[in-house]
Amino acid sequence: MTTPVYPMTRAEGCPFDPPPKLRELQDEAALVKVQVFDKTAWLVTRYADQRKLLADPRLSADVSTPGYPSQTAMAPKSDDGVGIGFILMDDPEHARLRRMVTAPFMIKRVEAMRPAVQKIVDGLIDDLLAGPKPVDLMEAFALPVPSLVICTLLGVPYADHDFFQQNSKQLISLTATPEERGQAHGNLGAYLYNLVGEKLENPGDDLLSGLTERVKAGELARQDAAGMGVLLLLAGHETTANMIALGTLALLEHPPQLAVLQETDDPKVVAGAVEELLRYLNITHNGRRRAVLEDIELDGQVIKAGEGLIFPNDIGNRDPSAFPDPDTLDLHRDARHHVAFGFGVHQCLGQPLARMELQVVYSTLYRRIPTLRRAAELDEIPFKHDGSVYGVHSLPVTW
Amino acid sequence: MKIIIDQDKCVASGQCVTAAVDVFDQRDEDGIVVLLNDNPPEDLAADVHQAAAVCPALAIVVED
Ligand code: HEM
Repeated sequence: MTTPVYPMTRAEGCPFDPPPKLRELQDEAALVKVQVFDKTAWLVTRYADQRKLLADPRLSADVSTPGYPSQTAMAPKSDDGVGIGFILMDDPEHARLRRMVTAPFMIKRVEAMRPAVQKIVDGLIDDLLAGPKPVDLMEAFALPVPSLVICTLLGVPYADHDFFQQNSKQLISLTATPEERGQAHGNLGAYLYNLVGEKLENPGDDLLSGLTERVKAGELARQDAAGMGVLLLLAGHETTANMIALGTLALLEHPPQLAVLQETDDPKVVAGAVEELLRYLNITHNGRRRAVLEDIELDGQVIKAGEGLIFPNDIGNRDPSAFPDPDTLDLHRDARHHVAFGFGVHQCLGQPLARMELQVVYSTLYRRIPTLRRAAELDEIPFKHDGSVYGVHSLPVTW
Repeated sequence: MKIIIDQDKCVASGQCVTAAVDVFDQRDEDGIVVLLNDNPPEDLAADVHQAAAVCPALAIVVED
């Protein structure tokens, strides 16, 4: 049998479902050897194994660990030494750096931001209603919501949104050349390096200014503060924006599910709906990736040190043993145990913020614009098959 | 029911607070888990087990 190549392609006309070939492999075996970019790696196909292994300290998220299955040629640092934060680091350094920025993402701090986010969402919907139609929902709503929020939290001027949105998209593009991605990383790195410099001089009341205290105390290099800024700015807008636009499209394609959100006043129902959409859409569709530091046994098979592992959380979230009838979008199901935010020590830091933003959006947009609908055929909508975060490049809507 | 938390393992994902807000809280300075009640009433058992199940760092152990 030839080694299957990962990632795989989705089926024509099924933009919300993982590639069928992946599901076949999941049925066949818990561990499958796949070809990925320049090497082979093990695909961990099942939900329970994904959680078990992602929480195992014998794995490394560092791209320079032998066996790490990169998806493309990638440089972990830009030319001037700005990395991409702790997402590609291992403990204890990962934990040390992550803990420097965990406070603003605490549940109570995020809840305190809810009224401000509601205001942003309401304001953008006012603008939509007053503006021309059809309109691109991605550009006019889905990108601005999380971008405005993360800019305020980090202390990044929103006026620079075209710059950071474009460079972020390029940095996680699967079709850009290594040079183009390096360029985008360099642009973002230099931008944040300068911004951290400004805040060293003139600190404000924001996350990046908070980090400058650590820089002054000698606990954090200025490059590493900038690297965390790149990570938070990128992860803070691109992901949530895709959940807003792709989530809206999925709901428009499932009218009874859309009605659930239009008809409820119950925050619990809304919160449950967000979890189910996260599970069902699993926008980080390119798999979590790790290298193995010490031999690990799984299902009687030994995964050796120096081998690579890929955790396709999209099919983890469609594993029938964890989610009965997994291909049905059912906003009333209990999906809270999904792995759309990953699992283990790298599980998404921004998840409380992402959840809150999505709860505000999903409970507001379809009630304020009840006749919202696509303004293009489904097969004309450009899906992000070319990005390591899935979604739509644009979503023409009208009402 | 007895709950044991491991603050060294905790990654401040906030999952436990979302699952069982009467039992878990987060430290103001860094969001690390703190226990509000290490022996909560039975009617919170389901929420507490949910919290332990979704903790990404396996930092919560529940003994019935
Ligand atoms: C719906 C939106 C989001 C999704 C689906 C998502 C998904 C993920 C996933 C799957 C990981 C794990 C990566 C791995 O294990 O290799 C992750 C990590 C991360 N996310 Fe998110 N994310 C979202 C929103 C956000 C937001 C809003 C922020 C920040 C403001 C954020 C910041 C981060 C950070 C900093 C990490 C790295 C954590 C670490 O390595 O310790 N994310 N995210």
